[in-house]
Amino acid sequence: MKYLCLVYLDEKRLPEVPDAECVAFDAGLRANGRCLASEALQSVHTATTVRIRNNRVSVTDGPFAETKEQLAGFYMIEARDLNEAIQIAAKIPPARVGSIEVRPIRPIRETVAAEQARQKH
Amino acid sequence: MREDAIEGARTKVGAIYRSDSRRVLATLIRLLGDFELAEEALHDAFAAALEQWPRDGLPASPRAWLVSTGRFKAIDKLRRASRFDPLDEPAEQLESQIDESASQAVYEEIVEDDRLRLIFTCCHPALSPDAQVALTLREVCGLTTEEIASAFLTGATTLAQRIVRAKAKIREAHIPYEVPSQNELPERLEAVLWVVYLVFNEGYSASSGGALTRADLSAEAIRLGRLLTLLLPEPEISGLLALMLLQESRRAARTSPGGELVLLEDQDRTRWNEEQIAEGLALVKNTLASGRAGPYTLQAAIAAVHARADTMAATDWSEIVKLYELLERLQPSPVIELNRAVALAMRDGPAAGLALVDAILARGELADYHLAHAARADFCRRLGRTAEAQADYRRALELVKQEPERRFLQRRLAELSG
Repeated sequence: MKYLCLVYLDEKRLPEVPDAECVAFDAGLRANGRCLASEALQSVHTATTVRIRNNRVSVTDGPFAETKEQLAGFYMIEARDLNEAIQIAAKIPPARVGSIEVRPIRPIRETVAAEQARQKH
Repeated sequence: MREDAIEGARTKVGAIYRSDSRRVLATLIRLLGDFELAEEALHDAFAAALEQWPRDGLPASPRAWLVSTGRFKAIDKLRRASRFDPLDEPAEQLESQIDESASQAVYEEIVEDDRLRLIFTCCHPALSPDAQVALTLREVCGLTTEEIASAFLTGATTLAQRIVRAKAKIREAHIPYEVPSQNELPERLEAVLWVVYLVFNEGYSASSGGALTRADLSAEAIRLGRLLTLLLPEPEISGLLALMLLQESRRAARTSPGGELVLLEDQDRTRWNEEQIAEGLALVKNTLASGRAGPYTLQAAIAAVHARADTMAATDWSEIVKLYELLERLQPSPVIELNRAVALAMRDGPAAGLALVDAILARGELADYHLAHAARADFCRRLGRTAEAQADYRRALELVKQEPERRFLQRRLAELSG
């Protein structure tokens, strides 16, 4: 079962979580095969939002929603169930100053493939 | 004669539904891995029992019969639904999961644990508190959606949606159907006890609306507490059960025939339920003796001091103050401090209570809590500081939500003005 752990925190508090600590945690998670992908993001000031409106591409500065805590990075993890995912999320260093949103992955490719197979029959 | 036998079997099905349907459901959820599927299977199994038992007689073990019938009906349904779906083989997976070699003793143990699995899953902290309560009452206690909705003064549709959403989260986020491991147990048990106590309190003092008590919910919470003490040997479970029993013992004395709130000091103590008090006191004694008294046990111990006293004056207030101090150490909270202020006022006089309440309010805490202002008003009243007391009762009246409490505060204010 795959979960995406979205790391949110107030960017002003980023210095409270040393990069080296995050990298060490990430290395450990990759070593035991729990981490499928992970990245840290540039500051929310670099964000650009793209939409199609009236058949035209609309580009605006900034994130989709202004919030107190900003998306700062993510971990795609493999866990037995939500309990294990919660245990892993609790160890992500920024959990101390920000918050981790744990979202189960929706198996969209499998669902669509099954639907297409059903229609063929 | 034959008609009698058929009627007897039907009655028996009804009785087994009431006593065992929740256990059968708990096991079916584990076997089928899905709440909705298990509920349908439970329904199908009882429908089959109604048809077959009057004709063929009662099976040797009705519960095991219901579990295996429900499971077969569910597998059958899945197989029919997935006939044209070669990618989806849940029925085969399910069948391979059943370990037929398990001995009877192991089987019994697993089945007993199913009820705990169900409770811990319904009270999982990843579900919203409202959903935890609704799901526990629906799945563990077997209340209908309509019953829960009316107990919580919510629309049945809203409540049904809440339950559907919670079940969807359990399924889609893979909340496991298991009893937490030993190192997770204390935290997870805390969540379970919190849900049980919330249900009790909703029944004991409705959070809003006209009826002061809703006895059914409290009875349900006590039943849940009893079930938990049977399933898990944890002192705090007994502590919570004792606390609920001791509070429940005062129910009859707590409201006047006209539905008015009667304070502890004015209650007719001969109307307290002796049976519940005796059970509560015994539980408190054993739990304190275990040396692992938690917050519920300490609150039960406080209720026990009241239960043992024949009058308000004869109450051992020193003991109560001491217990509140212990409770604050375990669980620092301004509400507990406020309760200690009330006990302190009884032991050392209203001035001592007033000093503590003022200290709490000076920290900016409990400013919006009606009972803090009501307590301050009471201390001022007893000290003869009438104008201050009136102002505090008015402030409490602005904040109070529950009708009988409002009427009580208005009576007090009227007495001062009169």
